[in-house]
Amino acid sequence: MGYVAVKGGTTAIEESIKRLRYERLKDGRVIEVEVIKSCMRGLIDRIMSEGSIYSRDLAALAIKQAEGNPEEATFLLRAYRSTLPRMHYSRPIAPKDMCVERRISSAFKDIPGGQILGAAYDYVHRLLDFDLYNESKREILQWLHLYTETFSQEVPEDHGKLPKVIDLLRREGLMTETERDDTEPQDVTRDNIRFPTRRSERLQILTRGETGAVTALGYAAIRGYGIVHPTVGELRVGYLPVHLDYPMANSQTEDDVIYIGEIQVTEVETLVPEVREENGKAKIEFSIGYGICYGQNETKAIAMSVLDNCLEKSHINSPVHDEEFVLMHIDCVEATGFISHLKLPHYVTFQSELDSVRKTREGKQHDEKI
Amino acid sequence: MMKKYNFAFFDEGSKREIRRATLKAIAIPGYQVPFASREMPIARGWGTGGLQLTLSLIGRDDIIKVIDQGADESVNAVNIKKLIISTTGVQDTEKTAEATLIQSRHRIPEVELREDQIIVLQVPLPEPLRTIEPSEYKTKKLHADQDYNGIWLMLFEQIMKHGRMSTGADHPVQVHGRYIMAPSPIPRFDNQKLNDSKTLTLLGAGREKKIYAVPPYTKVQSLAFADYPFTVEDMSAKVCRLCGTTGVYMDELFDRDTEETYYQCNDVSYCLQRENKEMDDLR
Amino acid sequence: MHQQERPLLTIKNLNKQFGCGCSHCRDTQGHNLEDNYCPVCGTVYACRNVSLKVYPAEILGVVGESGSGKSTLLRCLYFDQDSTSGEGYIHGYNEGRTNIFTETSQQKNYIRNHLLGMVYQNPYLGLRMNFSSVGNIAEKLIGAGNRKVDFMAARAQELLAAVNIPTYRMKEAPEKFSGGMQQRVQIAKALSNNPPLLLLDEVTTGLDLSVQANVLDLIKVIQRDLKIGMIVVSHDLAVIRMLTDRTIVMLNGRIIEHGLTDQVLEDPQHAYTQQLVYSLL
Repeated sequence: MGYVAVKGGTTAIEESIKRLRYERLKDGRVIEVEVIKSCMRGLIDRIMSEGSIYSRDLAALAIKQAEGNPEEATFLLRAYRSTLPRMHYSRPIAPKDMCVERRISSAFKDIPGGQILGAAYDYVHRLLDFDLYNESKREILQWLHLYTETFSQEVPEDHGKLPKVIDLLRREGLMTETERDDTEPQDVTRDNIRFPTRRSERLQILTRGETGAVTALGYAAIRGYGIVHPTVGELRVGYLPVHLDYPMANSQTEDDVIYIGEIQVTEVETLVPEVREENGKAKIEFSIGYGICYGQNETKAIAMSVLDNCLEKSHINSPVHDEEFVLMHIDCVEATGFISHLKLPHYVTFQSELDSVRKTREGKQHDEKI
Repeated sequence: MMKKYNFAFFDEGSKREIRRATLKAIAIPGYQVPFASREMPIARGWGTGGLQLTLSLIGRDDIIKVIDQGADESVNAVNIKKLIISTTGVQDTEKTAEATLIQSRHRIPEVELREDQIIVLQVPLPEPLRTIEPSEYKTKKLHADQDYNGIWLMLFEQIMKHGRMSTGADHPVQVHGRYIMAPSPIPRFDNQKLNDSKTLTLLGAGREKKIYAVPPYTKVQSLAFADYPFTVEDMSAKVCRLCGTTGVYMDELFDRDTEETYYQCNDVSYCLQRENKEMDDLR
Repeated sequence: MHQQERPLLTIKNLNKQFGCGCSHCRDTQGHNLEDNYCPVCGTVYACRNVSLKVYPAEILGVVGESGSGKSTLLRCLYFDQDSTSGEGYIHGYNEGRTNIFTETSQQKNYIRNHLLGMVYQNPYLGLRMNFSSVGNIAEKLIGAGNRKVDFMAARAQELLAAVNIPTYRMKEAPEKFSGGMQQRVQIAKALSNNPPLLLLDEVTTGLDLSVQANVLDLIKVIQRDLKIGMIVVSHDLAVIRMLTDRTIVMLNGRIIEHGLTDQVLEDPQHAYTQQLVYSLL
């Protein structure tokens, strides 16, 4: 008989899960979560960002469970996140308070505080390093010891805080003036999303977006389907402190906060030249595109800033300026889910379609008895 | 750091929020209520909308039945049922009449449902107007204005081309004379079961973040023209090879040995109960 | 003669502006504008205090150069654009007692589907290019609540025949048609539910001369046979002269002259109209 996959589902699933476990373990080796946490910074950062939860431990666990498959690992974190009650909201975090580890500006050569290259892949040669096959623990500890000895012991007075590049332009009146907007941001994971969206919703969906999808659409935007070449005003990677209101306190003073830790983020501000008419004269100024995400995810953060700017200009007729086109299709869990659902059986629906197709071949409805 | 999961997976706040959206959906039959759809432990597009409804509603005394394309034992149904049971510990059943809560993908059971039962349908694409208008912002407006010319025109064009409407499953319906609604990809055969049903029907689309409902005893009309009435899949001459029933929705199968097409009830539990002679008084 | 009759359409002080205006241009009766444009904030005052009446079975011409606000006027009447302020009353909707501009979008749909027909200069605005021509006409009937396929198909065929679309092409999509044919399908569509008022926006612009004559003849015939009221917008005085009974002349969003068409064209009063008429001679 043909494909009658309606019986024995329970057993089939159990066997499939066993087989999956076998694939993970078949070489008789186990990777420790701690090792993943120490050695897979790139993957962890990406998954925290897409998974929308800041926890290196959980990300490492998810990576282990998913055998390093980023879409699965993201999925695990997201599903876990759904079960967490929202106990507190942090105080607003000001990115200007960032303890900066890396910071570059493509707009100015000389910026107050200087360019800080920090840790980056930008200038490594992408040559496979076969020596990594034989890296020994003794050697790396020795190297670590020597290298860290060169670190300065003094904590800088400003705790690594640096002035923002775009403030320079803003002081000169070259930035598009925007009104300060302190309305409570909308949380798309707690409240349903509605179109047209508010910027807080857009930024949240973009920062949760799948890295490849955000990059692809950002790329499309600067290649010809959106804004012309933007300039990275500033890209910074560093740590931001997170504070909560002291739970019992009534007053909202500075003292009633609890420091709960810090998060590493990548923040990007891109500058996009824009012509505006004022008093009948054309005036060029810069509008901003904003990108931020957990961990060190530079390409994603830049692409996000490009898309943020594009979505502010919804009147332009191009897919990357269409908020529904961008925001509805870049989420990893949604996209992979719906694509993969095509694997589910569709035989009721197909049967119905088949009935319809056969009837249309038979001819007009009016010629038969109803 | 990892904590154990709550009863029915969600925290209670999330459940309440989903129930609030559900109440609104019942109050406005056929209207798609947006909600903050959660990520679930199963993939988006695999029934997460239905699952969120089920988990927000389920209590310890509920008896759950899960079906996928008519079958309790299909892998996806089993998988969803397993998750519900492992996070709640409730009892499950394959018998439609015994269940208090039924989650189904693309079928409404053959046994008529009762007032004390709830059926939850999984929905992949909740927007019946999506084929004629890709933008959510615009389809919302069309619904608000009750501007349904586009979808009627689509059906008109089908008749112009093929001499009849050529919709398959998910044939659009109008609920309570107001909203046009996607009944989820149930066969046209099941559309009629929604009309004036004794049961509350809830529809959940997880990926598209919408909940909608058909309350009990509500008028549900399949869209059709006065001179081209709605027709269902023709099951009249088909007999189930296993239980001998006629007039229910059948799967078409092919016997490789005899090279003949034969039919089997799509609703597997119904078929089994008929075979075991448990069904006479139920139908 | 018109004075005894009730007007089909009455428009009072219709205003439409693009932009929010500023202290420089607001409430100044247009004194600080350059034409109809505020040089400070960039607001365009497309229609300014436009008032007019259309009587049953009458053709009213609206003439003016491009940018004078005549197309915007039609778009506002057909609710394609929200008017900024003003009143509109149409006989046949609530006995002409309700301001149509402040009705809900649901009611506006009703008015559009039952009482109005519109023919755009650009057929892409008025037709669903990839639906069949028959379907395009049925859409308007569906909008007016019709649910009988055979009736709608027959009506569509009748109308398409009336505008000289050959029977064997009626199920084709307008995207496959020439510009003149598309325009004729649009007219058929606009006529489908016998609207008392038809709005025509530069319907012959961009068509070949022979096709133009063809379309104009068609409009004439329709008006004579069906007794439909029309507003014909055109920058082409020949079209105005041939079709219309009365004419209004628009400049920078305002009506600067109105009267019987012959009168306006033979003896223009306003300097701008004079220039317009004499430049053509």
